[in-house]
Amino acid sequence: MLKLDKLYKRYDTGDEALKDVTLEIPDGQVLALIGPSGAGKSTLIRCVNRLVEPTSGSVHLNDTELTTLSQGKLRSARRRMGMIFQEYALVERLTVMENVLSGRLGYVGFWSSWLRKFPKADVKEAFRLLDRVGLMHMPDKRADALSGGQRQRVGIARALIQDPELLLVDEPTASLDPKTSRQIMRLISELCKERGLAAIINIHDVMLAQMFAERIVGLRFGEVVYDGPPDGLTPDVLTDIYGEEDWEATITPVEDDEDTDTELTEANGA
Amino acid sequence: MAVIETSQGPEWKRRTMRQQWYTWLGWLVGTAIVAFSFKLISDKTIWFFVTDAGTQAIDMASRMVPPKWSYMDTLWLPIWDTINIATIGTLMALVMAVPVAFLAARNTTPHPTVRAAALFIIVSSRSINSLIWALMLVAIIGPGVMAGIIAIALRSIGFCAKLLYESIEEIDAKQVEAVTATGAGRAQTLAYGVVPQILPAFAGISVFRWDINIRESTILGLVGAGGIGIQLDASISTLSWTQVSLILLVILGTVIVSEWVSAKVRHAII
Amino acid sequence: MTSTSPVNYPSTWKKPPLIESDLVRRGLWLGFAIYLALALGTIDVNWGRVAEGIPRGQKFLAAFFPPDITSRWDSILDGILESIWMTVISTVVGIALSVPFGLGAARNLAPRPVYLFCRAVIGISRTFPEVILAIFAVKLFGFGPFAGFIALSIGTIGFYAKLLAEDIEDMDPVQAEAIRSTGASWFQWVNYAVQPQVMPRMIGLAVYRLDINFRESAVVGIVGGGGIGATLLTAFDRYEFDSAAAILLIIIFIVMILEYSSGYLRKWVQ
Repeated sequence: MLKLDKLYKRYDTGDEALKDVTLEIPDGQVLALIGPSGAGKSTLIRCVNRLVEPTSGSVHLNDTELTTLSQGKLRSARRRMGMIFQEYALVERLTVMENVLSGRLGYVGFWSSWLRKFPKADVKEAFRLLDRVGLMHMPDKRADALSGGQRQRVGIARALIQDPELLLVDEPTASLDPKTSRQIMRLISELCKERGLAAIINIHDVMLAQMFAERIVGLRFGEVVYDGPPDGLTPDVLTDIYGEEDWEATITPVEDDEDTDTELTEANGA
Repeated sequence: MAVIETSQGPEWKRRTMRQQWYTWLGWLVGTAIVAFSFKLISDKTIWFFVTDAGTQAIDMASRMVPPKWSYMDTLWLPIWDTINIATIGTLMALVMAVPVAFLAARNTTPHPTVRAAALFIIVSSRSINSLIWALMLVAIIGPGVMAGIIAIALRSIGFCAKLLYESIEEIDAKQVEAVTATGAGRAQTLAYGVVPQILPAFAGISVFRWDINIRESTILGLVGAGGIGIQLDASISTLSWTQVSLILLVILGTVIVSEWVSAKVRHAII
Repeated sequence: MTSTSPVNYPSTWKKPPLIESDLVRRGLWLGFAIYLALALGTIDVNWGRVAEGIPRGQKFLAAFFPPDITSRWDSILDGILESIWMTVISTVVGIALSVPFGLGAARNLAPRPVYLFCRAVIGISRTFPEVILAIFAVKLFGFGPFAGFIALSIGTIGFYAKLLAEDIEDMDPVQAEAIRSTGASWFQWVNYAVQPQVMPRMIGLAVYRLDINFRESAVVGIVGGGGIGATLLTAFDRYEFDSAAAILLIIIFIVMILEYSSGYLRKWVQ
């Protein structure tokens, strides 16, 4: 259970990115955060793991109050929250395996990580996850040699190997083509189901949000303007979130075609 | 660029009147400075020597051929020393430049005051030519190869640290953020997020500086700091021009070989 | 290869080494170790002399707090000014001469014989450090700043003409072709197609070379080429460390000013 209480963030520039956001996310719930650029989506998820320091308000992950933790305690709290990034944010010059194992950095000491000596169980888990995301055949490839979809799969494996209680996902599909976007979103939502993980997913694409999330939160100018089920997104609601536009075409229900699974198998065989 | 309305219609000129004036003024001031510096220098010049230089040069050149090949036997050890001064000096400089660079880079420095101190080390080391460093060290620890090595090292710290800290400041911050989000400690974040990104730059800088240092270490002997410069100085002061020409050929050869080696190594890295 | 296959994932993983062949990799390390041992072994250090130098080193460091500018002020001022004038004029003349050599050394501009000749001139002036050039200039033109000016100008050609030639070789051929297709003459073509492309970077490099020439002007004096170097050499020879410290600080200060203003100028040009 993640609880945000009156979370407020004001940057040094004077911009108010979040204005007293209060949210409760029960275990296992996949929540999509939508809203125009600059609405504070990215700030919100970064305030949870304190990559951005909130100005005031509190964040509770189960019983831990995160906003007041010391640096050392914050480090172990971050292990409980996996993060997936826009444009993957892999360490480009490291191999796929090193990128996945870097998810365990919070658990191992400096020298064992420097010498790349991770516990056997971690390595085993890393291979298992690589297999799960369909990259079993390329642990030794360097991250900069992968395609966009493959990179995001590595990013997902890196977040999952932390064995998190919560996933923070920042625009996972922003730099992917439509088909790969769906594959990645499906993978994330499946993995959340498998593990009973809660997730906050920032996403631009309203269709994808409706397709894969069970709850939608709309953010505008740092305030929650919608909080409800995906089918509650009416043209009026979207106008509230994004402003005036013809929304009819956007919310036509989309058939979730299954062709993507064959794609996955092909990727595995390659 | 300007369009000026005249009675014959608009006329196009490259610059406006005001720009034109500033350009002229700039040229005037520049020319005045150059003329003034030339006058000062020519006041201190004995023009008879200058007009006589052509004859002198032909005379000197005729005394230089053929090079005294037998002198080569005495040159092998100085060549070996020259290469060692450059190589060990570069290695020592790199060991010291790495921490200085991390303290000087805006995104890795622990504190602005530390950054200012690191920047001062860099500027001082860069401003003082290695020959002057050698002069100082010979005065302090006495003549010999050791003084040359330390002189090269002291001169190179600033050069390497400057290029290195610039490449640290240019790294992709997202990759670092992603490593931080896994709960990695400060040292681990550097090792996984920063080091892989700057490794190619580091290798390039090392080879680049080594190449420069080979050249610089050929002259340190002029002030007694070891290497082939000692023989050069001795041969010139005894007017043994055939030895001088051989030494120049040896320096040319060494520099060509070192350039070839560094090009090979750089190619292998990239 | 799906996730349902019986799983027995490996529990160890090793990063693939940079050089694949074990033999070559170990050979390189071994060779490097042997070289280092030999190199360090041949440095003979007179430890007695070093020990003797330690109090002298302390005295030298102490001389910086505070340095003594006043007692040798006249010769310091004279030397610094001479260095500055020498720097200005050798940069201007050197760059003026670099333009024809640079154009001649660009493979896409010059006919083969011209190209080879210009490359040879550049190669030779790059090989020999300014100090060696200064030694010969002093022999030919007599003691004083004129010799230093000649040495620095030749050094500038080696540096500037090479970079100019490389810049011209890297220019965008489409723009060059477009101007040529208008029927422009060779000089018009250089003026309209080449010059605008290489100008901004070359202005930056000119300022950078000014900086280098100032630093070098401080050492050509050691071999009789005029400038502050001679004053510095005298200070060291007489063990007047407090005057030497003053000179070094002045050099550092001027280099800092040059560096600051060159950064400013580069921003302004682009």
